[in-house]
Amino acid sequence: MTVLQAVALTLVLAGGTSVALTREPLRQVLLLGLYGGALTILFFVLQAPDVALSEIVVGPIAMPLIVLAALRKIGEQERERRASEAEDDR
Amino acid sequence: MSRRGRLLLFALGGATLAAVLVIAERGLPSFGDYHGVYGRVVQATEPVLRRATDLVTALNFDLRAFDTVGEEFILFASVAGVALILRRMRDEDDRALASTPQEHRFTGASDALQLLTLALVPTFIALGVYVIIHGALTPGGGFQGGIVLAAGPLAMLLAGRYLALKRLAPVWALESVDAAGAMAYVLIGLGGLVFASSALQNFLPLGTPGQLLSAGTMPLSSIAVGIEVTGAFLLTWTEFLDQALIVERRH
Repeated sequence: MTVLQAVALTLVLAGGTSVALTREPLRQVLLLGLYGGALTILFFVLQAPDVALSEIVVGPIAMPLIVLAALRKIGEQERERRASEAEDDR
Repeated sequence: MSRRGRLLLFALGGATLAAVLVIAERGLPSFGDYHGVYGRVVQATEPVLRRATDLVTALNFDLRAFDTVGEEFILFASVAGVALILRRMRDEDDRALASTPQEHRFTGASDALQLLTLALVPTFIALGVYVIIHGALTPGGGFQGGIVLAAGPLAMLLAGRYLALKRLAPVWALESVDAAGAMAYVLIGLGGLVFASSALQNFLPLGTPGQLLSAGTMPLSSIAVGIEVTGAFLLTWTEFLDQALIVERRH
């Protein structure tokens, strides 16, 4: 194993662990994007440029975007629900 | 189950998994030290018989071209599912937005970010098209190029110009592009049935290795898949972003 491979593997290890240990969804999505970037570096270092090209878009852009959109929608519905509950109480 | 119990269960499962992984890892060859027969067969046949220089693309569009049909329709079906689930419901309306789509901006995009977008959109599109049409020559191919290409228009979102993006790539167009790409790949496969002996067989002249027009039907397959993937990813993003930014429940 070369130094570069060891560094890339360590990055993936740190990235994956931090995603798993984060509780707050928004922070978790951002870390997930960084983790995708680390995976891209690992694939590239292991001489799999085809996989790296897919991962560089899917990991840091495609997946976080979908989760972010979903989080925004959920937050909005929560606010609406709370507002209508407050109205009922009055 | 109590927190203590869960942690105990996790420690047990985690330790077992780690032990099994360590045992399995000891049996693996080290990186770049592959001695399987399959690799040698691919390396001996594809560059010579199909004149492709990127063996991953040669695998996808020649050796296991039929698997690619399956994968393509997995993507197609899942995107169709997303479009179905996230359709406009009876109690939902589009948010009333103040200005026309050409001018409308969602807030939060600084001037620097808008300038960056201006550079990103053409770069992504050029890179995506390059990766798609050079599928049989250099790393990449239809799928990889397709998502890079799809990320091009998406970059407009960074500038807060989501409605402009929707004008550039409306849902009906994305649906048609997605379906056309999926169909084109099947048609190329049927071409093998008509012009050669079996479905998905390479039926075009093979050309010189390394040239843009070489490896027979592979560049065409790459373009077909690239078109489908571009449409599929942009459609998925648009459906999710519509829900987050445009659609709201009727009051």
